[in-house]
Amino acid sequence: MADSICRALRDGALEGEHAPALTIKDSIASPFGLDVFSHLFSQLTSNILAGKSQSRGLVLVAFHRSPSFYVDLLKTKGIDIASSQKWIRILDCYSDPLGWKDGISHGTSNVASSCNNVKDLHKLLSMIIELGQGLVGQGKVHFSAAIDSVSEMLRHASVSSVSGLLSNLRSHGQVSSIFWVLHSDLHEDKVNAALEYLSSMVASVEPLNQCGNGQRSNVNTLPLLERSFAKGKFHVRFKRRNGRVRVAREEVHVEHSGVKFTSVSSENETTNEGLIPKVQFNLQLSEKEQIDRANVVLPFEHQGNGKPIQIYDGRKSLTDTKNETTTVSTTESETNESGKGEIIYFRDSEDEMPDSDEDPDDDLDI
Amino acid sequence: MEHGGGASPSNLLDDAVGPLAGRFVAVEDSGCNLAAQRDNKRFFFFDMLTWEYPGEKIRDKEKTSGGGLVALYGEIQKVISDLPQERKNSVTIIIDDVSLMEVAAKGSTNLVLDFLHYCHTLTSELGCSLVALNHEDIYSSSERPTLILQMEYLAGILIKAEPLATGLAKDVHGQLTVLNRGNDGQGSRYKICNFHFRVKENNVEYFYPGSRT
Repeated sequence: MADSICRALRDGALEGEHAPALTIKDSIASPFGLDVFSHLFSQLTSNILAGKSQSRGLVLVAFHRSPSFYVDLLKTKGIDIASSQKWIRILDCYSDPLGWKDGISHGTSNVASSCNNVKDLHKLLSMIIELGQGLVGQGKVHFSAAIDSVSEMLRHASVSSVSGLLSNLRSHGQVSSIFWVLHSDLHEDKVNAALEYLSSMVASVEPLNQCGNGQRSNVNTLPLLERSFAKGKFHVRFKRRNGRVRVAREEVHVEHSGVKFTSVSSENETTNEGLIPKVQFNLQLSEKEQIDRANVVLPFEHQGNGKPIQIYDGRKSLTDTKNETTTVSTTESETNESGKGEIIYFRDSEDEMPDSDEDPDDDLDI
Repeated sequence: MEHGGGASPSNLLDDAVGPLAGRFVAVEDSGCNLAAQRDNKRFFFFDMLTWEYPGEKIRDKEKTSGGGLVALYGEIQKVISDLPQERKNSVTIIIDDVSLMEVAAKGSTNLVLDFLHYCHTLTSELGCSLVALNHEDIYSSSERPTLILQMEYLAGILIKAEPLATGLAKDVHGQLTVLNRGNDGQGSRYKICNFHFRVKENNVEYFYPGSRT
């Protein structure tokens, strides 16, 4: 599913339509939103560099992590920073978002330009678009935008102005795709919903094991936490152009090298096994026990001895009369030898119905 | 660092926390004379209890511009920039009680978060360490403990001090859970450790659960 997100971001917007927008949603129980963001960011950059994507440039708005983090990230992916001026610009809203560092210079690299008042979203929007147009020019060429924490934006500005900025970006003719991270537990539900309605894709990272009643993790859940610490459920909701909605599930693992996505089915069983508490008795059968159990002959299966089993329904069929009398005689002799009792029953007439639940004295009029 | 009731930790476990546990904490561990270190210019202390807030006149302005905390950040930055080059990147900033800082900021959570964010920028720009203490149970009544959550999102390492589930014991005063998210550091990521601790007169003793009888 992560691949389809990457494809959607790569393919970008159709002429005259809004750009695809992705909300990456996480919560403190599985705070991997930024890891997923970094993954998509590096995927998109490699697509841009390979010329596969609709966009030819990328504007990254860094709120939560310093621009140097992203420069280092790209370095580890083997992407040359020196040439990156032509296709990436980082708007640094991390180092000095409110202008507290007035008068003290902080190093701005050639890739990053800083924003000193993040409360002014009009200026922020125009800066993003300026940076984008600085990369690709003012023609028909597209660029992508990425915002690493909308939650941080919401701390400085109202919901309406933030969603205004996002939808303005989406509807801008030169924006190919846009994605952002939202920490859902920091905001009210209606804020989360507003941003989700704005986006055409919602990827939410959820903890593998939901604690009861939405409680925060504590020491009692430590063993569970340990097992699922670097893992999470990854739900993706795509809103298609024709109005259909597709939901997909995956599992996300955060590893040293980055995030990895696996299908749920392959992982489910092993996690289930791991979750069963360690008890002194076996809750499950071993393989040998399962085979042994399958070999046990159940009581009603004894009679067969390889031949087809005929269960006597009390009706003596004419054709089988001979056979039956012989079998009866043999069983008689056997029973005599073994000294066991037996009940032999022959039906009186064909008129009599086989055993039925009806009361035989039903028609009596007493 | 946050703790929800129980005892009060003021030291870190170098082992679980890794390289971020700075020099400053180690000094305290070994019973070093802090006053001497202050004279040595290795220890700087901002006493917020006697911090002179700008008077009534600029209170309105203070609301919008941040006032006291902006000045405090300026002071911290000045102290760090005055340090000799070789010591600049081994500084640990310790904030004793963010909840009281919130009180000092007249209840403005946003302002405290801005301050923490600015302190956080020092960690990536200069390689400083930032240690902040908060109390989880203060926020237990609020439906959405934004300050605690924001601090957790900001932090690379979270140390929780909690009472034992079985209550206070003579030998074990509580337990620590160390969640190492290794946010942007290299090396081992995503580690959880659990320790028991015992508060002594001058320090705190940490040990693995069950290793003391």
